Amino acid sequence: MDIIVCIKQVPDTASLHTLKINPKTNTLMRDTAPAIINPFDENAIEEGIRLKEKYAGEVTVLSMGPPQVEKALRDALAMGADNAILLSDRSFAGADTLATSYTLAEAIKKIGKFDLILFGKQAIDGDTAQVGPGVAECLGLPQITYVRKIEIENGKLRAERTLEDSFELVEAELPAVITVTKEINTPRYPSLKGIMKSKKAQITIWSLKEMSIDSDRVGLEGSSTQVIRIFTPEMRSKGEILQGTSEDVVDTLINKLRERKVL
Amino acid sequence: MENIKVILEKCTGCKLCVKACLFNAIEMVDKKAVIKDNCNLCGACVEACKSQAIQISKKSAESRLSGRGSEEKDLSAYKGVWVFAEQREGKVIPVTYELLGEGRKLASLLQEELSAILLGDKLDGVPSELIACGADKVYFASDPLLSHYRNEFYTKVIVDMISQYKPEIFLIGATTTGRSLAPRIAARIKTGLTADCTGLDIDTEKKILLQTRPAFGGNIMATIISPNHRPQMATVRPRVMKRCAKQDSRNGEVINVKPQLSGEGALTEILKVIKVEEKVVDLQEADIIVSGGRGLGRAENFSIIRELAEVLGGAVGASRATVDAGWIPSYHQVGQTGKTVGPKLYIACGISGAVQHLVGMQNSETIVAINKDPNAPIFNVATYGIVGDLFEIVPLLTKKLKINGVRS
Amino acid sequence: MDYFLTEEQKMIVELTRKIAREKITPVVAHHDETEEFPWDIMKLLAEADLFGVYIPQEYGGLGGGVFELSLVTEELSKVCGGIAICYAATALGTYPILLFGNEEQKKKYLPQLAKGVRLAAFALTEPNAGSDAAGIQTLAKKEGEHYILNGTKQWITNGGEAEVYTVIAMTDRARGARGATAFILEKGMDGFDFGKKEKKMGIRASATRELIFTDCKVEASRILGKEGIGFLVAMKTFDASRPGVAAQALGIAHGALDDAVKYSRQRVQFGKPISSFQAIQHILADMATQVEAARALIYATARMIDKGVKDIARESAMSKLFASDVAMKVTTDAVQVFGGYGYMREYPVEKRMRDAKITQIYEGTNQIQRNVIALQLIKEAAKGK
Repeated sequence: MDIIVCIKQVPDTASLHTLKINPKTNTLMRDTAPAIINPFDENAIEEGIRLKEKYAGEVTVLSMGPPQVEKALRDALAMGADNAILLSDRSFAGADTLATSYTLAEAIKKIGKFDLILFGKQAIDGDTAQVGPGVAECLGLPQITYVRKIEIENGKLRAERTLEDSFELVEAELPAVITVTKEINTPRYPSLKGIMKSKKAQITIWSLKEMSIDSDRVGLEGSSTQVIRIFTPEMRSKGEILQGTSEDVVDTLINKLRERKVL
Repeated sequence: MENIKVILEKCTGCKLCVKACLFNAIEMVDKKAVIKDNCNLCGACVEACKSQAIQISKKSAESRLSGRGSEEKDLSAYKGVWVFAEQREGKVIPVTYELLGEGRKLASLLQEELSAILLGDKLDGVPSELIACGADKVYFASDPLLSHYRNEFYTKVIVDMISQYKPEIFLIGATTTGRSLAPRIAARIKTGLTADCTGLDIDTEKKILLQTRPAFGGNIMATIISPNHRPQMATVRPRVMKRCAKQDSRNGEVINVKPQLSGEGALTEILKVIKVEEKVVDLQEADIIVSGGRGLGRAENFSIIRELAEVLGGAVGASRATVDAGWIPSYHQVGQTGKTVGPKLYIACGISGAVQHLVGMQNSETIVAINKDPNAPIFNVATYGIVGDLFEIVPLLTKKLKINGVRS
Repeated sequence: MDYFLTEEQKMIVELTRKIAREKITPVVAHHDETEEFPWDIMKLLAEADLFGVYIPQEYGGLGGGVFELSLVTEELSKVCGGIAICYAATALGTYPILLFGNEEQKKKYLPQLAKGVRLAAFALTEPNAGSDAAGIQTLAKKEGEHYILNGTKQWITNGGEAEVYTVIAMTDRARGARGATAFILEKGMDGFDFGKKEKKMGIRASATRELIFTDCKVEASRILGKEGIGFLVAMKTFDASRPGVAAQALGIAHGALDDAVKYSRQRVQFGKPISSFQAIQHILADMATQVEAARALIYATARMIDKGVKDIARESAMSKLFASDVAMKVTTDAVQVFGGYGYMREYPVEKRMRDAKITQIYEGTNQIQRNVIALQLIKEAAKGK
């Protein structure tokens, strides 16, 4: 069972434990966040490795981005992935989800041999959840999104898909595209030996030229959406700290909530 | 980088762009900004620069399009605003009405029609309800294969409708169904799609849709357009847009669309739908949420959160730390990697307020924070803050609400 | 302070810290309260290869030494000194095999121990033989190709949980200290049982039990080194393991320091955070200085051992003595900084104080460490060095 896991490197905005607010302008001050593997993609990598351990085969991690993304791919190798491919070309920059889906799908066609393609359900920077279905469409494959459990039976895939208030048990032929939620597993820590091996591992890098694809469909040029404005959201203004003994503050709170008709 | 450039004469070396870049992709060389290769053209620096010294541009979309005449679309042929009327088990879900409310606004600005797209089986009475709630037209595709959302069928039917009726704007609720369906449709017709919008408007001059959405976990907002593709597609976050008032006397037209489907086109088979046994309170629909964080110390202490939630008739939320620690199942998690909520009242107990959490709950109407650390960032967003021991405050609050009743 | 760790050492620290922060932090209170053995955590550490950091590569380890072992122990102890000792006690049980095992024994045991699939323990102490190891009463009587063990070992860390035990027993009581021999035993052998689990003041996540031998038949091939060098095995093992105990103490102290600094910035009295009061600042400054001094001494000693310096008894004893005294002092001060809250079990520092105490006692009380140091001093003086 050969598995391709598509991953994204994202700024770890979650690691910023403090929101700093510029007191003069009341706007958000951002620290530079370290780059990490998108957390849901870690679940996808883990699931890929577990399926490989169960059914044999290889796990290939695939990502698109600048050369720095090698770090994310090496982290995936340290967890136990077998191969890593980075799609890196200046012309890939600025891609929206449509251009990204096309580029990844073309790379997957170039890889050729695969039974399953895994994604995290969404990336924590863009939060779009569009690239998994987008790739599935470009490849004409079945897609099952928000999956919390995968089983393979008689060459068929069975997945539990999470809905708002229930779960669906969905069956599909392989190959298929799956996006996973964090319930599906707990990603393993890399082992020290895995880390050492990953440091020496060879990462395949494909540029536009090596992929021989349509340059009008990648990067900013291939994107149908344009960002025209970026701004910091208005922050809530700081409220009131209730003072007094525990009895007092609880009474005050209940009264205030009643005044606001929240209770 | 070809698409982004720094106009050196204008660059003052102020470093605002360096601070604005989340990717560390700008450095200062000889007091001028230099864009590095890892730039992903997000545009945050363009916005940050006070001297308009950074420009992002395409090679010129128009010339590119005209160079490929066969793919050129007559954009003016696309008219009207569509909203996807999502139904589950025959019942239209709330976000549909919010989309109708917002769609109504956009349609008025464009002076065009608002249509609802309804797919399903045996949905008598639903089209007229959609009309009462704002739709001028309802495109209704009825087929047993459409009774339950299945990606391949829904995509096919909607793509066929789009190519036949050519809408200018198409809005879909950002539910699990909407977020699975919309990108598949957009990729098939090769149009732009903006996810999880929280604000929509029309540039009345250019007649294009302005789609505003949070990114980087709500740290920044981005306004996105799709000027050269139709329809302009967006998924819209539930509980953000306002419904319009229902008027049973409203008139509208129902257009029955005959779906071209056969069961053989199935890529997936839904074997069964599993209802969750445990009473799962849908956090996104809850009016009151009581959330617990790392300050609880251990799993068992969630009991005091549950007790307060029960007295208030609310749902139990949790921070990422508690979910990661295995104290509580992950569907309780509020925040960037959990759920985004906007209840009337959110009570955060022992939650420090990492960015990851705040972005998931700061749209709540009233926020109460209970934390022993007066410097905890949660207090920056709290309507009412209590600096104190949650093990004392929370049970006391529960007790007083029990004795005196929740409502005055 | 920058100790110029190698890339590999930094990697070890980073990974251990991540696991400790993400997986151990949430369960510290649970294990302290229930005294449940932290098997889940041991499994995580094993999967991350951390049990192999000090074991040579040819036996499936990563080829590091005492320094790497100390780094892991320190990081774990910053979060929980009790969970850390479950890890470190395995190293204590492994060192005799590393130092004195023959090729066959090493091949048999080290790969499993490096992988962490089995834990180890070291058994010297008895009801009547603590610091005075010559008082050992467990007897290994030779019968043909076998030895028959009878007796009881007491307060054995990892006892009952570990599967591999290095046990010191008397093969020839008449020869006193020269009549002791070290054996490798395994859980499940006939005549090898465990006593009740002890209830302890601190390090409650760890298991402490008696080992009871009743006519336990042991093949001669299980002897480490040779008959009669049991005490040498014990002493050399302690020389190598003391920096590990010292690292545990260091981690506990550092954790308490971090707690105290954080709390002092939160706690407001007289309208200001207490960190703005000089009385608190001076306590914190002393805590930090002592912690750093302990770290410098331990790291220097560990590096000496790993470089192959033979005579390390003095430095090794100094590390353990100093770091454990620092741990006791720093954790006590941390409780003081927390004031009334510090005394409450809801807050983390009283546990650190309870955990710290044992580091002054086990693997040789600090009084014994002083004896070792003084003895070395006097020896050297006598040699005219």
